[in-house]
Amino acid sequence: MAKGLSLIAGGAVRARSDPAEYRPVIGESGGPFRLPAPSTPTLSELFAIPRDPGWSGFLLPQVNRGGPLLWVQERMAILETGRIYPPGLGAADLVPEIIHVEARDARAALWAMEEGLRCNALSAVIGELWGDPASLDFTATRRLAVAAERSGVACWLVRLGGTANLSGARMRWRIVSSPSLINPLDPRASGPAAWDAELFRARGAPPGRWTIAHEADAFHLVAALGGRALGEDERLRA
Amino acid sequence: MAVERWAKTSGYAPDAPVLLTVEGPHGPIIHAVTPAAAERGARSGARVTDARALDPALIALPADPAGDAALVERLARWAGRWSPLVEVDGDGLRLDVTGVTHLFGGEDRLVSDMERRFAALGMTSRIAIAPTAAAAWALARFSPLPRSASPSRPLPQGGEGLEDLPIAALRLDPDTVVTLERLGLKTIGALLAMPRVALARRFKAAAVVDALDRLTGRKAEPLVAAANDRPRRATLRLEEPATHPEAAVQALERLIPALVRELEQRRLGARRLALTGFRIDGSMAVASIATSIPSREPKHLQRLLADKAAALDPEFGFDGFALEAVWDEPLGVAQASLVEEASAESEVARLIDRLTVKLGPERVRRPQAQESHVPERASGWRPAVSSPAFAGEVMSEARRRGPSTSFAGPPPLEIEGGTKPHRLLDRPEAIEVIYATPEGLPRRFVWRRMAHDIARVEGPERIAPEWWRQPSSARLRDYYRVEDSQGRRYWIYREGLIGDGRGGLPGWFLHGLFG
Repeated sequence: MAKGLSLIAGGAVRARSDPAEYRPVIGESGGPFRLPAPSTPTLSELFAIPRDPGWSGFLLPQVNRGGPLLWVQERMAILETGRIYPPGLGAADLVPEIIHVEARDARAALWAMEEGLRCNALSAVIGELWGDPASLDFTATRRLAVAAERSGVACWLVRLGGTANLSGARMRWRIVSSPSLINPLDPRASGPAAWDAELFRARGAPPGRWTIAHEADAFHLVAALGGRALGEDERLRA
Repeated sequence: MAVERWAKTSGYAPDAPVLLTVEGPHGPIIHAVTPAAAERGARSGARVTDARALDPALIALPADPAGDAALVERLARWAGRWSPLVEVDGDGLRLDVTGVTHLFGGEDRLVSDMERRFAALGMTSRIAIAPTAAAAWALARFSPLPRSASPSRPLPQGGEGLEDLPIAALRLDPDTVVTLERLGLKTIGALLAMPRVALARRFKAAAVVDALDRLTGRKAEPLVAAANDRPRRATLRLEEPATHPEAAVQALERLIPALVRELEQRRLGARRLALTGFRIDGSMAVASIATSIPSREPKHLQRLLADKAAALDPEFGFDGFALEAVWDEPLGVAQASLVEEASAESEVARLIDRLTVKLGPERVRRPQAQESHVPERASGWRPAVSSPAFAGEVMSEARRRGPSTSFAGPPPLEIEGGTKPHRLLDRPEAIEVIYATPEGLPRRFVWRRMAHDIARVEGPERIAPEWWRQPSSARLRDYYRVEDSQGRRYWIYREGLIGDGRGGLPGWFLHGLFG
């Protein structure tokens, strides 16, 4: 469960032009905003634009730090969007625990992910795939979902520049960077990252679209939750 | 022996008068001589100049004591054919043949077998069998006919058959030998006739009585066998050559339990395994795997090797297989819990093994911090199968030496949240940047044919080249953290300064991407 995501704009409200206007929004139930998350570890799919690297900042706070993290990158993903850089990934306790796999193609990447999901000592498996590989069909995603649920290891399938076709993922996100929050120390510099996150399919949770930010230890919400219909038109666009 | 070894490898005529010499405190000393040289008066232990004075035609060549010692080591292993307990004793070998002589048809036939086989190697041997190791040593070296002098009966307390041997056969130090000879005690028999009490009192320090007791068996002299290091290996011979590829997998199923038993007995775990298939035409096919922690888990090893075994090409057929633990490490007997449940650590190690076997060690890696400020150097990667201990040692070694003597650079900066990108391009990509002033902040950049308007920027963070490692033409880098109007954040840098004398105008590159 994401501990520290805050909503800074919800629904159709795009991130405001003036970052100074951001202020956390209280969640639906009156308590702090909670990002929809599966109750048990499962497969989540995350769509990102290759040019937009913001998704990893959205994903990493949601990874629980209970063990090594298997990070599989397809070769094309490395060439196009870069190799993960441990000193930048933040928390020092995470860095030595990363097992990085450079997969030749999507087939090898999917194999490595599934192999990782069989090992329940891992905290999570993250796999980055480029485009729409032929080997990534409904069966492949379904296999990942079943393996993740059986072993209790969360699996994140990151699709860089992919289209949202049929998938067995329980939660499907579309993540786009949003202008960052104000930096209290230097107004010219970027502050805490913010994302325009769209949950367009989820089991047991209503879809929605939020602009959220992650501050030191809390994700929070800066505008009211969006309606389902607003998620719908985004899906049609995709 | 040194001469025989030399004669085999050198191009000299067999009857050349050659001296093999070693360096002594006062010039070269003769180590060994050929029979021809011995006829001309050269003796081992004498000085080369003295021998040359007798016959100037002697040829002096340097000896190779290390090579000789290595040969003895090899012979010791070879001598394992006669007895499992073989000890290298100076320039000789000691074998414990207790209970093995009947396998060769008695002591005499054992000795003749040894002589025959050593002769086949081109070596002269002096062999003696005696109830005590000291007696055998004395007989082999000092008896004129060592073989016939071997007492096949148990040696009584008196040491029969040894009385005529000189005192030197007791392996005493040379000074004691000289003293005893001056006293008129020239043979072991004469020494044995002396009262023990008197000998013990007079030669207390030289332990003459001890030497006599070892000779007669009153004092034990256990034999320390050369480390009997059997290879960790299991073999399977097939009666008929097998040509279908499944044969290797089936052989593996039978070999792994055998190897695991062997490893279990010695409390070892395999780090690297090689399955060799022997083809009928004499060629071999090898499949090998490595594991990240020592393992002797049959299922795990089977799983790692099965694919590779199936890929072995039988060609005209395999007629044998060998599975060998090429590299092993101590592995204690560990049981985590009553129900067989592997620990998290070994689970992860197994995962790494499986991934490595399929994808290759250079594709499955873990981060390893390096002492460097240059971003692409600061985060090294090491194959996940290799143990981190080695690199850690190097690092701590560099720290111990301190900054004054080490050129390894300063220790890495603390990881600061948000100041380093999540991802780094393997090769920084050139971008076109529009800036307000040449030294000022960038305003706009074009990366992969798309323009990004820079909305916010922070920097520069100047990273100087590592002059002790990089060429002198390397330019410094000014890194900027930029955010475009869409909120995407990048790490770009300007390489060099205007007028730094290291090339033309500074270039701009995109290096990292922030999450």
